[in-house]
Amino acid sequence: MITLGHFLALGAMLFAMSVIGIFLNRKNLIVLLMAIELMLLAVNMNFVAFSYYLNDMAGQVFVFFILTVAAAESAIGLAILVLLFRNKSSINVDELNTLKG
Amino acid sequence: MSQTLNASTLLAVPMAPLVGSLLAGILGTALGGNWIGRRLSHTLTILGVLVAFIISAMTLKSVALDGARFNETLYTWMVVGGLKMEVGFLVDGLTAMMMCVVTFVSLMVHIYTIGYMEEDEGYNRFFAYISLFTFSMLMLVMSNNMLQLFFGWEAVGLVSYLLIGFWFNKPTAIFANMKAFLVNRVGDFGFILGIGLIAAYAGTLNYTEAFAKTDALAALTLPGTSWMLVTVISICLFIGAMGKSAQFPLHVWLPDSMEGPTPISALIHAATMVTAGIFMVARMSPIFELSDTALSFIMVIGAITALFMGFLGIIQNDIKRVVAYSTLSQLGYMTVALGASAYSVAVFHLMTHAFFKALLFLGAGSVIMGMHHNQDIRWMGGVRKYMPITWITSLLGSLALIGTPLFAGFYSKDSIIEAVHFSNLPGAGFAHFAVLAGVFVTAFYSFRMYFLVFHGKERYDQNPDAHHGHHDDAHHGAHDSHHEAAHKPHESPWVVTVPLVLLAIPSVVIGFLTIDPMLFGDFFKDAIHVNLAKHPAMAELAKLFHGPAQMALHGLSTAPFWLALSGVLLAYYMYMVNPALPAAIKRMALPVYTLLENKYYLDWFNENVLARGARALGMGLWKGGDQALIDGALVNGSWKLVGWFSGLVRRLQSGFIYHYAFAMILGIFVLMTYFVWLNK
Repeated sequence: MITLGHFLALGAMLFAMSVIGIFLNRKNLIVLLMAIELMLLAVNMNFVAFSYYLNDMAGQVFVFFILTVAAAESAIGLAILVLLFRNKSSINVDELNTLKG
Repeated sequence: MSQTLNASTLLAVPMAPLVGSLLAGILGTALGGNWIGRRLSHTLTILGVLVAFIISAMTLKSVALDGARFNETLYTWMVVGGLKMEVGFLVDGLTAMMMCVVTFVSLMVHIYTIGYMEEDEGYNRFFAYISLFTFSMLMLVMSNNMLQLFFGWEAVGLVSYLLIGFWFNKPTAIFANMKAFLVNRVGDFGFILGIGLIAAYAGTLNYTEAFAKTDALAALTLPGTSWMLVTVISICLFIGAMGKSAQFPLHVWLPDSMEGPTPISALIHAATMVTAGIFMVARMSPIFELSDTALSFIMVIGAITALFMGFLGIIQNDIKRVVAYSTLSQLGYMTVALGASAYSVAVFHLMTHAFFKALLFLGAGSVIMGMHHNQDIRWMGGVRKYMPITWITSLLGSLALIGTPLFAGFYSKDSIIEAVHFSNLPGAGFAHFAVLAGVFVTAFYSFRMYFLVFHGKERYDQNPDAHHGHHDDAHHGAHDSHHEAAHKPHESPWVVTVPLVLLAIPSVVIGFLTIDPMLFGDFFKDAIHVNLAKHPAMAELAKLFHGPAQMALHGLSTAPFWLALSGVLLAYYMYMVNPALPAAIKRMALPVYTLLENKYYLDWFNENVLARGARALGMGLWKGGDQALIDGALVNGSWKLVGWFSGLVRRLQSGFIYHYAFAMILGIFVLMTYFVWLNK
């Protein structure tokens, strides 16, 4: 029997993986984007699990919203990435510190 | 109340001198291109003043004989709320008398100036100024409201400033005119506060309307204090009078104003402008009469001025300064009379003083001309042989000044002394002593000057400065030609001596002729208000009065006469019989002499304590308040703080996204910890 705990554990693991991905990744901006995407999916997993176990469809409605927004967001992110590569000839995260104050 | 005066005629009185002044001042100077010459410009201005004098004399006649009165507003300048600001004339006994005195003395001075300023480059400018002064003074005395009074007040102050600094190349003159202006500002501050209080509580600036409300004003106190409103108003107004009429401690400007040419010393700083304060207090008598405190204050200030300024006259060597200190002392007498509620006596003394003091000043100016612009009485002497007319008229002026019976000064001064004697206010005892002692002092310094100038050995060839031609009054280059001539004095031209003679006549007879109607008749009855029940001085005075001739006879047996006589005799002994004595006394009483020489250290106090104190305060506020606190701490300080804090915070902005993400996660942990565990 698969309980709510299993789903929540899966969500937490996915979230932890993506956080680690953000922190450890120093080379590739694409990995960073994927990690963010994964983070959103972990949240979606929790939404769906709760929605199922509480019999409330609102959670799944939210998942659709999040998926749409995430798709738009990754499109924009990839577009920025392409431009960034054109200008800097690099997507190495360690070199991208133009936000430095 | 018959209406025989009409507005347009009265309007011509101040306007005629103004027109003369504008013509001479604009067309006669470089301002308008020097269109009109000297002769035309003095003709025009004298004509203007002459017109004013003739109309004033006719006004005086109809006021005095037909009882005519005039009180009308001619023009409304603006209306703010319920407060009207207007131009209007009030003509009653007081005004008519002042108009005549002002225009007469002014006319004499105009004529005299033709001779005195003959060699000066600023001839036309000078005439423009003195005519402008006449206009301002007439606006002041003819006003029917306090705003116009204030206009005249400030305008005469401005002209006085311009004229003291007439020789603007002379640093001492510039210093003196600045000083006069600043000291007068102190007085004006009080004056405008007084006017403001009246406007605030009576709701009007018109004399008649304001005086109608005095009963209501008398019941009020100044909000937040227990001071009577009328006392505060009176003292504020009197502070204005102290500035303009040079009362202690605001008198310091008057002796220095002698830097100006002598005709204006006579016109402005002796006969007319300085009496504006006395006139104002007399005009406001319904208000002053309500406050015993203010009257007491006025009397004490006047007494201090009358006595202590007289002492200073004793040691002065500059002929004009001796007369200037005697003016201060006489203004003190008038102020004492005001304090004793004897307003009409004060105004009476104002009038007699205007004549004999103008005479003395013009006489002094004539001597200065005769002495080739030497003003130091130590280097004069024996002048009577060379300048007989000046000698006789100056003698008459001096006799009037010291109060010789039958002369003008006797009637007014004796009345003041008697009035103070009958006053029941605190301070009257001191004031009585001061005015009595003042009689002796006045007689002494007047005749010290008289003997030194007109009698004794001729000392003018011993003057160490004579060959340099650098005397106070002598800064027009043209007069140097005189120095090549012998150093003998010479009588002045007729334009100088005629005014002397014309002024000598009223100096002798005016007191005898007018004391009865002015003091005890009803000439001033609707102009001056005295509460006889509370302040009985005038009533007591009237009881004793049995005609001017008896008064003169009685005067021979009273203390003032003997004091004056002993003053004259002492002066005669010290400066004619035993001329070594003054120097010996000076050596013996050196500390006193030094004190007098330094004018009681008031100038020192003003310059070093008040002026420097104000400068230090200003410097402190500038450096400490403005530069350090506002600019330094508030304006620059706030940006510096923000800059410093941003400098600190920018170290967190590494530019690496994972650092920001880490901060976010950390934030989430903190918030979650707080909400989940700590905030159950």
